[in-house]
Amino acid sequence: MEILTQIFSLETLSSTLRMATPLAIAAIGGLYSERSGIINIALEGLMLAGAFIAVVVSYFTGIPWLGLLGALVFGGLFAMIHAVVSIKYHADQVVSGVAINMLAAGGTVFMLNIIFNTSGTSESVNALPYWGPFKPTVYIGLLVVFIAHYVLFKTPFGLRVRSVGEHPHAADSVGIDVEKIRYICVGISGILAGLAGAHLSLGVLDSFREGMTAGRGFIALAAMIFGKWTPFGALGASLLFGFSQAVQIRLQGLGIPTEFVQMIPYIFTIIALAGVIGKSTPPTAIGEPFEKGKR
Amino acid sequence: MEPILEMKAITKRFPGVLANDNVNLDLYQGEIHALIGENGAGKSTLMSVLFGMYTPEEGEIFYKGQKLDIDGPQDAIELGIGMVHQHFMLVPTLTVAENIILGSEPKRGLKIDIEKAIAKVNELANKFGLQVDATAKVKDIPVGMQQRVEILKALYRGAEVLILDEPTAVLTPQEVEGLYQIMESLTEQGKSIIFITHKLKEVLRISDRITVLRKGKGIGTVTTSETNQKELARMMVGREVLLEVEKEEADFGEVLVEVSNLSAFNDRGMEALNSVSFQIRAGEILGIAGVEGNGQTELVEVLTGLREATAGEYNLHGDSLYNHSARKIKEAKVAHIPEDRHKHGLVLDYTVEDNLVLGYHYREPFAKGINLNFNNLAEHANRLIPEYDIRPQNKEALARSLSGGNQQKIIVAREFDLGPEFLIASQPTRGVDVGAIEFIHRRILEQRDEGKAVLLVSAELPEVISLSDRIAVMYEGEIVDIVDAAEATEEKLGILMAGGSLEGGIANGS
Amino acid sequence: MGVDKIDIKELAIELLIPLLAIIFSFIIGAIIVYTFGYDPIETYAALLQGAFGNLNRFADTLLAATPLIFTGLAVAFAFRCGLFNIGGEGQLLVGGLAAAWVGTFDGLSVVVHVPLAVLAAAIAGAIWIAIPAVLKAFLGVHEVITTIMMNYIAYAMVAYLSLKVLANPGEIKTPPIEASAYLWRFSNILDIRSYMNLGFILALLVLLFIYYLLWKTTIGYEIRAVGINPDAAEYGGISAPKNIILAMLISGALAGLGGAERTLGLYHYYIQGFSPGYGFTGIAVALLGRNHPFGILLAGILFGALSNGRTFMNMAAGVPIDLVNIIQAIIIFFVAADLIFRQFIPNKSEGGVA
Repeated sequence: MEILTQIFSLETLSSTLRMATPLAIAAIGGLYSERSGIINIALEGLMLAGAFIAVVVSYFTGIPWLGLLGALVFGGLFAMIHAVVSIKYHADQVVSGVAINMLAAGGTVFMLNIIFNTSGTSESVNALPYWGPFKPTVYIGLLVVFIAHYVLFKTPFGLRVRSVGEHPHAADSVGIDVEKIRYICVGISGILAGLAGAHLSLGVLDSFREGMTAGRGFIALAAMIFGKWTPFGALGASLLFGFSQAVQIRLQGLGIPTEFVQMIPYIFTIIALAGVIGKSTPPTAIGEPFEKGKR
Repeated sequence: MEPILEMKAITKRFPGVLANDNVNLDLYQGEIHALIGENGAGKSTLMSVLFGMYTPEEGEIFYKGQKLDIDGPQDAIELGIGMVHQHFMLVPTLTVAENIILGSEPKRGLKIDIEKAIAKVNELANKFGLQVDATAKVKDIPVGMQQRVEILKALYRGAEVLILDEPTAVLTPQEVEGLYQIMESLTEQGKSIIFITHKLKEVLRISDRITVLRKGKGIGTVTTSETNQKELARMMVGREVLLEVEKEEADFGEVLVEVSNLSAFNDRGMEALNSVSFQIRAGEILGIAGVEGNGQTELVEVLTGLREATAGEYNLHGDSLYNHSARKIKEAKVAHIPEDRHKHGLVLDYTVEDNLVLGYHYREPFAKGINLNFNNLAEHANRLIPEYDIRPQNKEALARSLSGGNQQKIIVAREFDLGPEFLIASQPTRGVDVGAIEFIHRRILEQRDEGKAVLLVSAELPEVISLSDRIAVMYEGEIVDIVDAAEATEEKLGILMAGGSLEGGIANGS
Repeated sequence: MGVDKIDIKELAIELLIPLLAIIFSFIIGAIIVYTFGYDPIETYAALLQGAFGNLNRFADTLLAATPLIFTGLAVAFAFRCGLFNIGGEGQLLVGGLAAAWVGTFDGLSVVVHVPLAVLAAAIAGAIWIAIPAVLKAFLGVHEVITTIMMNYIAYAMVAYLSLKVLANPGEIKTPPIEASAYLWRFSNILDIRSYMNLGFILALLVLLFIYYLLWKTTIGYEIRAVGINPDAAEYGGISAPKNIILAMLISGALAGLGGAERTLGLYHYYIQGFSPGYGFTGIAVALLGRNHPFGILLAGILFGALSNGRTFMNMAAGVPIDLVNIIQAIIIFFVAADLIFRQFIPNKSEGGVA
């Protein structure tokens, strides 16, 4: 009983929200991209790059808000590599995602060496201030989820995004610019992943550490899938996964190894894909390059 | 009166193909203008040029007297040209209304004004007699309604000229009649229609004028009231069509194939085959007629082990093949010319030689244990390529690089060479040139005359009537009747294909 | 069949694209290096010298290439069946751990112990891909996502098993394996310090075996047919589910072998975090090697050279070692987006029209 009150304490709940924030933001990023038909396993790398740029900009300007802005801008630009390679050059989207992740992992450490002369952790920089109990990124994250629902399911743009991800030739036949929609969506996914990364480096911490995303991009991907490619589903899954991270330490006290708790998001996702608890089905045209005139 | 639309001297090339060669077409307001030609004659290419999906190398388009420079479907749509594609351009997961407004959504603030959209859809539907359910998801509505949604999409965008690309291919005869009424109602209200098809009877029934294409060239435009089926057929194929295939008197043996009460689901888990029964004797061709999508595909898949049946019996020579694997069924000497050779019959990126053993690759003499025997593979190919006149005569060419007719010959060679007992031929001449059609017909008849049982599924009624000994007609997953081919006419089969019945009269073969 | 029949022009393109990808990637790498004030020529000279400068370094390059050849083959083999095994990393880790565990059994002779430990790694790798394989074969669940998820489950699982079950308290590595499970090292007969071992020879043998399996047997005929066109394969009586499972299990086993080489040949124990992402680099190796065993050998050695030469490059030219990862990533982009190069190669006109 005591352990239950501990697990569901206010502190755990607020830590759940903190943990869930980067997952939800990045998952929504993935959602835009995948709803438009572009697989995005590059979230991990995009987040890492965002986290790094946020710290660098804050380091040079001393203004964490500029760091946040820098992460958004750079995340969007970095994602354009994935977009151009996938959309214009019809590359395998999974391969391109792998390459983005590799480039981010190598590039951040390379630059860490150049700027901070270390391979480990950067110097401390000015972090984002608290707004009440949380960092601003937590509120922004929640806002991002609601906006995504509105955009995807209530606006003409959202209708077009969904049509492009399900049946690009149908969209093309009514004059929708399939490639443009996809570029925008991949761009948004980069911006949001950058935001998620900035939350980690300037919200949770005040510095950049090598490989600091530690798989969160993939947990975000899992949350997006577990949430059945919907914004609120992704939010729910992020909260669940965030909660499992928040209670890890406490569960260890009960004799449950942290490693097993860490597996939860991944196991849940496989179960969801297998259809054991309501099948999770991706957008139909996902992963297929669009070629005009072919069908 | 000036034509509303004129296409002048359109030429469109693809690598290695002249798809449109100096083609002309004009369309008057309120007219139904049929565009006919065989598969691959260039009809769809010409319309894609008009709709801005392809840019022609040469030629001009005039619309309402103005020269057009159409760059993309959006331009065509804005000008008032709408296209109903052969493969519907609908997003299955969206509603009917969402599909119709997609790309030109009514807005209230930032939001889509979905009430307004639904009201507009219903208003248009009533005006032109196109009944649809605006709030249903497209994946849940029948094909006929999907087509009406496509037409509404064009009308919603203010289309004055409608292009209907093979609109009847997926419809039952009654639905076709309903479509004709819609087309007439549209032209009465001032719309103009280009109607693409390769079915002559439809053309004569509904159109005002007819333009014929053949191998990319415009053969001519005729007024419907002044022409007939024979003339059109000659224009389409360039010579008198031999609808009668020379065939010997049948010499039936014992019953080889027995199918009783066979049932199966389709991919969407709906009943596609409902208690189908028939028998085929040695030396007999049983034709299956029916509008596509009435269970023929599923029947063939069940008989060849590609789909599991839910009930029934299936015997060859008295031995059950019911729900056996594709490999077991092949081993029982059942040959299969599949409906879609690109999807099923060939591994296009394998060589001709490798394709000639697909399905038999694991057996002697092609393999020993797990090792392939390359000498025997080569020998097999060297023998079959000349025998079945597969061109080019290069066993190492990739199947992808051959023409449709020669690809089909690879399949025919492979399936016939192993001496089948039961031959299942599904759409054996689809998309194949005339020469290859004759070759394939002759080979199928040879199999029959050698005492094999043949099941022939074809969407081409003349083919079914001229090759078969008996004809089973399928409608909504059932065999509604089996008639003697000698007594079958397109009219009679047409009634059955629509689910009707022939009162007595015709012998029931089973 | 297969490769022997590709026409010369197609073969030239097959070779040209990876070559162009490498050249352009190194050019971009040089620009990066120059931008930050280093000398590109000095950098690459040092990289080359570090990778091939003497026999010892060359052996170390082959040592570094060995796990990449295994993971590259793993990715390529699955690719040939139309599958993307992105979970090579997890399979390699569980393979390495299994080998390290079996390696501690005592009282076995070398001829039993080494094969047993190697086999254990292969089986562990295969088990680790079994769930994605079954889900793909029977439910059509996309293997990319499931194998990624299995990677992360593997990270947690091997951490738990190696640190909390196998390792002695306070240690971050498992107990050392018995000498009878060591993969024989070349330093036994050559005057080198390199730990290059029998694992490299094993990689070459496996490479030949995979070539044989794919192009000379009915198994390969079926796996490739499923990879190119699963519907046509089904039509030909070739079971797609069966071949998908077979191809994925073999793929997982190949990655698992890569882990065995690390624990039995290089470390002689399992240490947490020993893999710098061999499974992911394997994707690059497979792509650059055009999913062909011999291409993979060359690509594996290239990436082995990069990873082996980078330390010397860092010492001699001062450039951070992560330059190598950047170049690797850029190579992947170029190979994946080969349309960039293909658009400049005149297209063979499509012959044959229906």
